[in-house]
Amino acid sequence: MSAPAAHFETPQNRREAAELGIWVFLATELMFFGPLFLAYAAARLSYPEGFAEASRHTDVVIGTANTAVLLTSSLFMALASRSAQLGRRRAASLLLFITALLGTAFLVLKAMEYFDEWQQHLVPWLDFRFEPGLAHPASLFYLLYFAMTGLHAIHLTIGIVLVLVFAWRLRSHSPASMRLQIENGGLYWHFVDAMWVFLYPLLYLVERA
Amino acid sequence: MSAEPSRAFHPESYLHGGDTFVSWLTTRDHKRIALLYMISITGFFFLGGAAATIIRLELLTPNADLVDADTYNELFTAHGIIMVWFFLIPSIPATLGNFLIPLMIGAREVAFPRLNLASWYLYTLGGLFVLGTLIAGGVDTGWTFYAPLSTLFSHSHVELAVAGVFIVGFSSILTGLNFIVTVHRLRAPGMTWFRLPLFVWANYATSIILVLATPVLAMTLLLIVFERVTGIGVFDPALGGDPLLFQHLFWFYSHPAVYIMVLPAMGVASEIIPCFARKPIFGYRTMAYAILGIGMIGFLVWGHHMFVSGQSMYASVVFSLLSFLVAIPSAIKVFNWTATLYKGSILFASPMLYALGFVGLFTIGGLTGLFLAATALDVHLTDTYFVIAHFHYIMVGGTVMAYLGGLHFWWPKIVGRVYPETWARIAAITIFVGFNLTFFPQYLLGVLGMPRRYHVYAPEYQLLNEFSSTGAGILAVGYLLPLIYLIWAMLRGAQAPDNPWQATGLEWQTPSPPPQENFEETPRVSGEPYAYETPERNA
Repeated sequence: MSAPAAHFETPQNRREAAELGIWVFLATELMFFGPLFLAYAAARLSYPEGFAEASRHTDVVIGTANTAVLLTSSLFMALASRSAQLGRRRAASLLLFITALLGTAFLVLKAMEYFDEWQQHLVPWLDFRFEPGLAHPASLFYLLYFAMTGLHAIHLTIGIVLVLVFAWRLRSHSPASMRLQIENGGLYWHFVDAMWVFLYPLLYLVERA
Repeated sequence: MSAEPSRAFHPESYLHGGDTFVSWLTTRDHKRIALLYMISITGFFFLGGAAATIIRLELLTPNADLVDADTYNELFTAHGIIMVWFFLIPSIPATLGNFLIPLMIGAREVAFPRLNLASWYLYTLGGLFVLGTLIAGGVDTGWTFYAPLSTLFSHSHVELAVAGVFIVGFSSILTGLNFIVTVHRLRAPGMTWFRLPLFVWANYATSIILVLATPVLAMTLLLIVFERVTGIGVFDPALGGDPLLFQHLFWFYSHPAVYIMVLPAMGVASEIIPCFARKPIFGYRTMAYAILGIGMIGFLVWGHHMFVSGQSMYASVVFSLLSFLVAIPSAIKVFNWTATLYKGSILFASPMLYALGFVGLFTIGGLTGLFLAATALDVHLTDTYFVIAHFHYIMVGGTVMAYLGGLHFWWPKIVGRVYPETWARIAAITIFVGFNLTFFPQYLLGVLGMPRRYHVYAPEYQLLNEFSSTGAGILAVGYLLPLIYLIWAMLRGAQAPDNPWQATGLEWQTPSPPPQENFEETPRVSGEPYAYETPERNA
């Protein structure tokens, strides 16, 4: 078979197709996370005290710091997109590195948090210990906690790899030719960030005041 | 549509050149990927059919004389999983859709050819998991994977089966994503939305359901695995979980999945019927809107699978009402097909026989769906053979009929050869007779109260079961016939003309089989679709 010759009439065409493609993909992602949110809502309605108590055992300091880290990473991602649009190769490359670095910082903090939780017997399938009356709701909370944050971390890891690939490719490709990829990668990055914005209050801030 | 066909243009077809095994497995040509899919789903169709054959043999007598209870459970589960996810869901979109959508909109490819190939590989990988499940000893939960049976009670290979369905789900999502972007961005000049063939509309609506509903199933299956592995009750009420949560999530996908199966079938019927009635489709716009309406309302009716689950009575009433609403756009389609036939110059060629069979069987399946959408009646009919008969009328009478009709209609285009028309008509009639003999008695069995999913039954049900099993035998012969003569046609059939049916539509204005790049030059569209003219009738 010959190479997939340009089946788009114009670059504009190609650009619009890629953009629509990424938005449809993000819609799929949103629906993918959906059942976890529904399971969370159903369980929290059934066990309000258990969820509140379990949430108080999360590490709100790391959680809050991580929220700041991730939101800042999105800023750098947006700046990287803009630099690519303006054709600034070095700036775009540097901003992408910072984005990846902040993403990695998030993962490191998250890993420390997981480690602490393991030591405090909060991993529901590894010798889970909790106040006797609330053990079941708390184990359910932590199952959802690990499922949601774990899937989020997997998504973030993919994002970091993508951003690093873009930064690497900028060495040999012009910013103009990378612009579409960086913008669409940016949409994905912001999606992962926005997902965290919902996870953070649901997991860390239940009746915490 | 009036793009000028260019008669002189006969370059190498997509089937020529690059005919090594590797070049087929690395192809990005949507037409070749359609054929890869066609081979795969045909394999799974006959595998799922084999399971059904054993089921029908077992049910010939009231006693267990062929298989034991566990094997029976594994057989109907395998039949369900394979037929739903490895045949019906990909059937029309991944084969005919993949082949035809770019041709019908005047594009040279789908938007993302590599994703298209990836979709087939994911399908194959998911298929290997399901084959692995069967070899390892099967799974016995039913295709619905109801929790907590699937999470903490079943000792069969639930994880393997779930992994297979999870993976094949992503192949559906990629196909859907590709079609949405293709239809939005790659239409030829002049191919406005309301000049799109209804087949494209149908696959477009299907694609939206694929990308929005399938991920919900994927995550639900993950939750089953979580509960199974950790023993923490998400769904199991004994552990404080909520079994209704599972059913809501499962049917949020699996009800729209019915429309994933039947909308493309409606698209096929809407192409065939105007062609063999030699009339423009009646009410083109209402047909397009009805497709979208079914797709949208289809997302809001999942609770009618749960009338006896213990969900809120008020929820049941609302779900019942919404389910009745789906009947409106569905009826619009049936009436419009009928109105298209009215005073048409009808030719009973084999694709038309399948299409007419589709309309009739879909109508019966749809109307019996209304029985089940009525809350009071459903209490009596739920989990009986009435439900089995109902959804087989939609999925087999509807989707499989239309799929076969589409295969016959476009086979000359796909392989560039003509199949034996007499055999095709014999097969169409055999399938129609066999199908009705198999499934109509099951309506009666359901009304009489025979429950589904048992391998033994009370002796008074035997006569109707014998009818049903006999019908299944006829149906099996009916399905083997096209397998034989379509392959024969591919190898030995006479050369097909570019437009053997004098059909409208861009796919007929390019050679049979189409060249690799689909069209010599991008077609320009300047007229309405289905511009058929009724020939003067001799009084």
